[in-house]
Amino acid sequence: MTQIVFYVFATVLVLSAGMVVSARNPVHSVLFLILAFFNAAGLFLIAGAEFLAMILVIVYVGAVAVLFLFVVMMLDVRFTRMREGLQRYAPFGAAVGGVLFAELALAFGHWRIAANIADVPHLVPAPGRTNTAALGDVLYTHYVFLFEACGVVLLVAMIGAIVLTLRERPMGRRQNIDRQHERTAAESVEMMALPLGRGVAELGGFRRPDKSYYVASVPGSYGVTAEAVPQAAPAGDDRKGGLGQ
Amino acid sequence: MNWTLALPEIVLTVCGLAILVYGVVQKEQSFFSCSMLTIGAFLVTGFLVLTSRDGVGYNHIFVNDDFSRFMKILSLAGGGLATMLTVGYAREMKVERFEFPVLLLFSTLGTMMMASSENLMTLFIGLELSSLAIYILCAFARDEVAGAEAGLKYFVLGSLASGLLLYGIALVYGFAGTLEYGGIQTAMSTTSAVPMGLMFGIVFMLAGLAFKLSAVPFHMWTPDVYQGAPSSVTAFMAGAPKIAAFALLLRVMAGPFGHVSPQWQILVEGISIVSMLFGSLAAIPQTDIKRLMAYSSIGHMGYALMGLSAGTAEGMRGTLVYLTTYLLMNVGAFAVIIAMRRKGRGVTAIADLSGLGRTDPGLAMAMAIFMFSMAGAPPLAGFFGKLMVFYAAVNAHLYALAAIGVVSSVIGAFYYVRIVKVMFFDEAAPAFDRRPLSLSFVSLGMGVATVGFLLVLGPVSTAAQAAAAALFR
Repeated sequence: MTQIVFYVFATVLVLSAGMVVSARNPVHSVLFLILAFFNAAGLFLIAGAEFLAMILVIVYVGAVAVLFLFVVMMLDVRFTRMREGLQRYAPFGAAVGGVLFAELALAFGHWRIAANIADVPHLVPAPGRTNTAALGDVLYTHYVFLFEACGVVLLVAMIGAIVLTLRERPMGRRQNIDRQHERTAAESVEMMALPLGRGVAELGGFRRPDKSYYVASVPGSYGVTAEAVPQAAPAGDDRKGGLGQ
Repeated sequence: MNWTLALPEIVLTVCGLAILVYGVVQKEQSFFSCSMLTIGAFLVTGFLVLTSRDGVGYNHIFVNDDFSRFMKILSLAGGGLATMLTVGYAREMKVERFEFPVLLLFSTLGTMMMASSENLMTLFIGLELSSLAIYILCAFARDEVAGAEAGLKYFVLGSLASGLLLYGIALVYGFAGTLEYGGIQTAMSTTSAVPMGLMFGIVFMLAGLAFKLSAVPFHMWTPDVYQGAPSSVTAFMAGAPKIAAFALLLRVMAGPFGHVSPQWQILVEGISIVSMLFGSLAAIPQTDIKRLMAYSSIGHMGYALMGLSAGTAEGMRGTLVYLTTYLLMNVGAFAVIIAMRRKGRGVTAIADLSGLGRTDPGLAMAMAIFMFSMAGAPPLAGFFGKLMVFYAAVNAHLYALAAIGVVSSVIGAFYYVRIVKVMFFDEAAPAFDRRPLSLSFVSLGMGVATVGFLLVLGPVSTAAQAAAAALFR
């Protein structure tokens, strides 16, 4: 029974992996990749590694594959264009691959492990541990130093991403929150009585209340340098409204 | 669990995190203070390294012995000096952001982990930590096309090299069933003939490490990256990471694979010969001083590898002394290169140095000292390094290797002396800008150390002797 399940999972896994590289549409490739992950998780389950199976589904399907999907959909990569040289380079690539494969087969055809491998210290899980607990032992007890070091590597990668891409643009629009909370309706909203059935344009337009835009902005954003002061209507502006008048 | 073994690394990490937080909170004008804090962190860590005790900890992942202490002090010195070199011209080099010293700190942390590795996993993670930070530092002046190109090139090729190294590690694991050096040594001890798969693994690991050393034939990235990266990053790259890569090479080759040394010795010998020859011949037509330093560094790695190919404790001692002297002259030479600025723009052509002997005698004198030392003229520091590796090679009956080394160092002397000639005998070019105090300080300090190396040769070679003995315990 287990064997049948194994072969089903393995066949689907290999086929979908083939589809990942051969599908014309990159979105289909990613979807096949997700299928491949699910089947690999199934294989893990058969092997009795239920924790790894769940991790594979949660991390790879839940996060990584979805990220792939985002990237594929958002980047305007012309995949057909990238495939243009395929016909021409395929024989060459196949030849290189064939030679490499033959060399590897030669090298590992008679793979030997050390004769006294039993003398070498190995990590053996404590009896009665589930595989989740055993993984935890390895990660957080035996190899805690490396675990933390990997954390530092990720931190450096994050610093790098920020350093190389973040640009402080002066165009950012930020609010002075305290000032914004202090604002009252009286200084920012003006009620006007308008005749029915006529548009704003026909009435000649209205001035918005002075300060209503810039008063709560942080100096430097919205193009204002210092706190805006109420100003009288400029000459030639005969629109109604504006609290300053 | 004796976690205090890694106290220097832990303290340096915590310092790095604290400086990062300080820089983020401070926001404006925090570059200088963060740099000073980083140098302070290096000093504290250096003190802790000196007082740390011997032992193996963390489940055979981490080792502390004379060898790792020697290497850690060297790489801390490299990191601290590179930070100092940056401070003076940070704004002009477009690297004036507080992340710069923090990344230098983390890169140095990676090199320290490499020096203390007792497990192939520690080796790999330390190497990645150190390299990743350097990739970012290369591209730090992101609006400069050359810098971005250098960063990208180094990143792509460095990843490839990491892949090779990892593949080699996997093959070794397949043979020995463990990643601990002690375990691998046990597994090797009963094998008389090395099986092909294991040989593949060793060769792949050598290739990956040789890439980090920029030894021929894995050197292609070096000139472009050296030229494109900000000068103080280049000064760092030529120092701490190479020392750490050497630490790995010495530790891995002398430890786990020491039993099969005849198998890899010929490889290291070959790499050493081609590096020395290529480094001295390819440097001759160069017109850019940073490119010249890149080729010179390839050559120097060849000389340092000579000690390893001898495969004896004496050879390792020679390599360690060589690396110490190389660090001194290299940082000093880069201090002079960074000081080469006219009207606020950095210039790096060799012709720009012409007549420096008249316009700025002090700087020219310092540069001349570094160039003569790199050429191996007695009684400067570089001479003693070369002497010790040549001596070890001759004692190990590698006469051909030693002879080629002597020939290539004579060829190399040509382009070093040419720079001295340009500085003192050519038509004077306009004077350089006034340089900041930090650069004068570093070039003076390194100059004094290079000239007076003879006085500290005793203690340094005793320490190197103890370090080399620790490898062959």
